[in-house]
Amino acid sequence: MIERYIEQVSTYAADIDGLIMLIAVIVGFWFVLAETVFFGLIIAFREKKGVKAQYITGEEKHQKRWIGIPHELVLACDVLIIIAAVRVWVNVKQTIPPAQETVRIIGQQWAWSFVHPGPDGKLDTADDIKTVDELHVKVNTTYHFKLEARDVLHSFSVPVFRLKQDAIPGRVITGWFNAKKTGMHDIQCAEICGIGHGLMPGRIVIQTPEEYNAWQAAQAATASK
Amino acid sequence: MAQPAEEHGHSHDEHGAHDGHEHAHGDAHAHGHHEEGFIKKYLWSVDHKMIAKQYMFTGMAMGLIGGFFSYCFRMQMAYPGHNVPGYGVVSPNEYNSLVTNHGTIMIFWLAMPVLIAAFGNFLIPLMLGCDDMVFPRINRLSYQIFLLSALVLIVSWFVPGGGFGGAWTAYPPLSAKAQYNLTPLGSTLWVCAVALEFVAFLLGGINFVTTAMNSRAPGMKMFDMPIVIWMIVLASVLFMGSVGPLVAGAVMLVFDQTLGTGFFDPVRGGDPILWQHLFWFFGHPEVYVVLLPALGIVAEIMTVFSRKKLFAYRTVLYTAFGTTIISFFVWAHHQFVAGIDPRMANVFTATTVLISIPIAEMMFVYIATLYGGSIRLTTPMLWALGFIAEFLIGGVTGIFLGSSGSDIYFHDTYFVLAHFHYTFVPIAVISVFAGFTYWFPKMFGKMMNETLGKIHFWGTIIPFNGVFIPLFVTGMGGDHRRIYSYTNFPELNTPALNHMREFATISLLVLLAFQVVFFANLFISLWKGKPAGNNPWHANTLEWQTVSPPPHGNFAEMPTCYRGPYEYSVPGREEDFWPQSDAS
Repeated sequence: MIERYIEQVSTYAADIDGLIMLIAVIVGFWFVLAETVFFGLIIAFREKKGVKAQYITGEEKHQKRWIGIPHELVLACDVLIIIAAVRVWVNVKQTIPPAQETVRIIGQQWAWSFVHPGPDGKLDTADDIKTVDELHVKVNTTYHFKLEARDVLHSFSVPVFRLKQDAIPGRVITGWFNAKKTGMHDIQCAEICGIGHGLMPGRIVIQTPEEYNAWQAAQAATASK
Repeated sequence: MAQPAEEHGHSHDEHGAHDGHEHAHGDAHAHGHHEEGFIKKYLWSVDHKMIAKQYMFTGMAMGLIGGFFSYCFRMQMAYPGHNVPGYGVVSPNEYNSLVTNHGTIMIFWLAMPVLIAAFGNFLIPLMLGCDDMVFPRINRLSYQIFLLSALVLIVSWFVPGGGFGGAWTAYPPLSAKAQYNLTPLGSTLWVCAVALEFVAFLLGGINFVTTAMNSRAPGMKMFDMPIVIWMIVLASVLFMGSVGPLVAGAVMLVFDQTLGTGFFDPVRGGDPILWQHLFWFFGHPEVYVVLLPALGIVAEIMTVFSRKKLFAYRTVLYTAFGTTIISFFVWAHHQFVAGIDPRMANVFTATTVLISIPIAEMMFVYIATLYGGSIRLTTPMLWALGFIAEFLIGGVTGIFLGSSGSDIYFHDTYFVLAHFHYTFVPIAVISVFAGFTYWFPKMFGKMMNETLGKIHFWGTIIPFNGVFIPLFVTGMGGDHRRIYSYTNFPELNTPALNHMREFATISLLVLLAFQVVFFANLFISLWKGKPAGNNPWHANTLEWQTVSPPPHGNFAEMPTCYRGPYEYSVPGREEDFWPQSDAS
């Protein structure tokens, strides 16, 4: 359903879209059923001359069934949804696969700063590549991100990844993603962060390892000049 | 009834302004034989019906302001950077402030005052068959503090730096530090206004609960109370149970803002997430605080206009109890991606999805009530049925957000926004119009015009869907909330999404335009509506068994209650209704 509106670019995007589809089917069924019965009853029991309404307490057993049985079916659907939701959640947020690369992401009023490891492949060394509002990553690579905020809350959201994580000043939050297609996509801030909240667009650039290495070399060359 | 002597024997003859100052300074000394002055009658009243009207019209006036704000920011969404007629160009800080105050107003200054305070005040004594609230002067104080809170909020928009723009959830550190929000006065006044509003509702709630427990007409057992009274009482209890932590949080926030404390400042050992817990521990029950009275209003109207007994009265109550209890354990579903321990999300997913059980059951009960009825599609009934039809959309879309896995994507998108507007608009707008058109004859003694009422209904309900269905889609497409302009985001600045934003805005303009019909109907009906008589809808509950509008003291002869509120179409009776106070 969601993929019709926005591409699936991360490895877990399809899981999240699948969960959304599952919920849509279940609640869609109940929604259509409830509205059909509802409008059906309104039409069927419009006021008719000389016909009095029925006296139904709803307290007797055979009447309560009309509520009781759907009630149990809803419970069964709920359990199904909870299991499916937890499975996706555990996969995306709770268990973090080992990192092949790590980047640091810093939200501040009102820009995103990104720290990429330099040619030595390690963060927090002299050859780190720092950029503003543009994150470069390699395709088919498991990334850990270390998310920080300088001032207020921000939220790192990449809709094509179906990824969102709030950034909190004073903490470093670790998350992960693995992009499965190259391309360029929006990064949004998803937590209101002041006047410039709507004006801090970031871009994520997903490249083949060759393109990425070329970009890295070019950056390192500029930095050393 | 526990009432001060000043309550009794006031004449309600025409007021004279000259009496006003005579009474204004000390009504405790006023005596029954005086005519009431303008101030005493309209501004300093202890009569629950007048206080109800004060809350009703203050709430509606605030609702108009909130509606105007939505017009301004929706115009910015559809036509970014253009001049908005009647406002001007919306700047980013104004945009944030408009959005923030729209949300704040619609929840705290429209839904709460109208649904709980106005209907609660008007209905509780009348439906229970007593002459006033148990504590009339606390009641008056409640409205006065509420009015003060509204004035503080309004002032906050005009101070240097402008109104607060950190969203109605006011997450620190943004809300706590002027250097971040750039609204040093606006944000402090905003917190003060909200805190005052809470005080007003705590005072009101004391009255509602005490009156319902102690002042029922002879013969009226707890299970003979109309559902709407139960719902308002439960909502008051829920409010009182959940608001304490947030009041504490609000005090800490004001200290952080003004005294430089660091409760929410990580640099000084505070924690911004603490505020989120305090806020949502209140904030989610708050949804049910306004939902329950709305469901109560709908129950009254649906039974009357289908001439049916409410299906399984006690089941409705038990589901309401269940909702009330579970609602205390769902708050962190607002914080799945906020940086809480990810394992906690699993617990809150389970509690949140399970709250669908009592709510779904309640919906089934309401639908079942229609079965075998003799349904009359009057204006109040259209609103009540509209509530069910639209609220179902809000209900089912909530499941996507309560499930942690899908909330990762939907969190803080327009999908969330569309979802909660499908709950809050039915609550704060649709059920309010249902209740207002239903009890208008009792409040003012006149009937409203049915044709204008129906035009207003369709003119509201159709564009309402036109506003929010496209926003579900833009949310699925990745639109995040509180974004001033999408022109900077290539994936969002597409013609298809822009057309949907524009469609939503145009629908809003239509919706707002049709509200003129409501106010025209209101004034025309007040001026020359047909006299209502005591019981124009042939309803059972006690408020319809006295004159319209009821005098001070409500009943010429205090009623006795003989049966439950929903004995419609009882076999063997000639009439299809059987008032609760009817001895035969």
